[in-house]
Amino acid sequence: MSATDGERTRTIRTDYLARVEGEGALHVRIRGRDVLEARLEIFEPPRFFEAFLRGRSFEEVTDITARICGICPVAYQMSSARAIEDAFGVEVDGPVRDLRRLIYCGEWIESHTLHVFMLHAPDFLGYESAIAMAQDHPQVVELGLALKKAGNELIALVGGREVHPVNVRVGGFHRAPTKHELAPLREKLARARDAAREAVAWTGKLPFPDFERDVELVSLSEPGEYPIDRGRVVSSRGLDIAPREFSEAVEEEHVEHSNALYARIRGRGSYLAGPLARYNLNFERLSAPAQEAARAAGLGPECRNPFQSIVVRAVEVLYAFDEAVRLIDAYEPPDPPAFPLEPRAGTGHGWTEAPRGMLYHSYSLDEAGRILQAKIVPPTSQNQKSIEEDLFGLVSGMIDAPEDELQLRCEQAIRNYDPCISCATHFLQLNVERE
Amino acid sequence: MSSGSNRVVIGVGNAWAGDDAAGLLVARAVRVRVPAGVKVIEHEGEPTALLDEWPGAALAVVVDATSGGDAPGKVRVMDATGAPLPAAFTGTSTHAFGVAEAIELGRALARLPERLLVVGVEGARFEAGAEPSAEVTAALERAADQVLALL
Repeated sequence: MSATDGERTRTIRTDYLARVEGEGALHVRIRGRDVLEARLEIFEPPRFFEAFLRGRSFEEVTDITARICGICPVAYQMSSARAIEDAFGVEVDGPVRDLRRLIYCGEWIESHTLHVFMLHAPDFLGYESAIAMAQDHPQVVELGLALKKAGNELIALVGGREVHPVNVRVGGFHRAPTKHELAPLREKLARARDAAREAVAWTGKLPFPDFERDVELVSLSEPGEYPIDRGRVVSSRGLDIAPREFSEAVEEEHVEHSNALYARIRGRGSYLAGPLARYNLNFERLSAPAQEAARAAGLGPECRNPFQSIVVRAVEVLYAFDEAVRLIDAYEPPDPPAFPLEPRAGTGHGWTEAPRGMLYHSYSLDEAGRILQAKIVPPTSQNQKSIEEDLFGLVSGMIDAPEDELQLRCEQAIRNYDPCISCATHFLQLNVERE
Repeated sequence: MSSGSNRVVIGVGNAWAGDDAAGLLVARAVRVRVPAGVKVIEHEGEPTALLDEWPGAALAVVVDATSGGDAPGKVRVMDATGAPLPAAFTGTSTHAFGVAEAIELGRALARLPERLLVVGVEGARFEAGAEPSAEVTAALERAADQVLALL
């Protein structure tokens, strides 16, 4: 960080913002006591993949899109598979769909615990990194690693390996695990629930800044279950649409400072996707132990403080363990492990809930099932405007704070969103400019 | 030399990001040439999972692409057993936690192998979808020989 005092302008610059997935740039401009601008500048590798997918067979899509992100490959596989199945008029249901939900639980566990313990917790405890935190709180970091390992094992068993699972295909899976193979995993997951409860309690005791912002919350919604792998798109302000209605309800805007497209609800503005939105819109659909742990950690059914998203993530980890155990207990291996597909010309849409928020894929295909056009909207670009508005509000409320305090709080606020800047950005540096 | 069953070679990288694939390609190249009992792993994805790849190992050799300003294709061997990797070596992970950070986390938690060596292959390009550069492709065999010499 370098600080330069001029007559009118003061700039703080961080060349690399640590503990977010990837790199990007943040720029805050202040005149007197007014915040003029808070910008998050990002690039988007998904744009490359959209071009790369053109001309490819539908059968290659789950393997290609999994490469967009090493943290949430399952989300990319599931949204892409659902979009293509939608184009072919197939709704994957029953045991195949349950198996998808099961592997997705593994990804939520893995991704959330990585973020909670390695990337976000150091902010709350005043450490520059998880490595520094591990010196003083080894048991906390070990707790996170143990939970994450359980998620890895779940993905490895159902997906064939931990990263970029090779067992996933459009229509379902190449091979379904046997009940016998899942049995030892079930016991590990059941035991890990105690550690997950401990994690919720631990996050609940962290110090949270007093900050709330009235923003439209958007998540998937499916009757009777917490949203993971499918559902309608609903919001706290009455939005309720089918996946194919995305373009009618949400507009994407190109802004000069970013390669990502800003998503906003038509006629209204920014919205927030991710754990906080899911939690507020679906609290009663969490498992009873997850609800109980949330309440014990001080969260009610409504939570509007983005800094408490760390608690919500821990609650979702506990839910994912509960749900995985439930799915394994009810498991009957699907035979065949994938739905038959007849390629046909058309366009399909797929939404699923990536750990950090809704992930949208849409494909237009020809009659042979070749991709003519691909569109991918990752959660981080949906949240980009909301992140900027949080920063604007946050800086406005602490305008007299010293620059280093301001900077740390801004970084923490960005990490509230667990931005997958690998998916959405290329370089992040922090500039605070006072005029 | 360490006993066979306690040695592991871990190639780290992203197969779809140009020279970031170097670690994976070197692991693939040594797989059929390592002494019996040496485990070879191709590791994609986030690096904290490395801590689960080497528990109890007498020797772990981690191979990764580097972006330290050297000539593309340069192969370096670094000993991370007792001290952090040089600051210039932060890997080329697009993730929040790179190999160097995972090693330091392992050190803080006393979860490193008895001996930990890192073989770096200097990359030239890391864009999504790019093929490995000619310089890195030409260096793979040399890097594989280095890894085998360390076992």
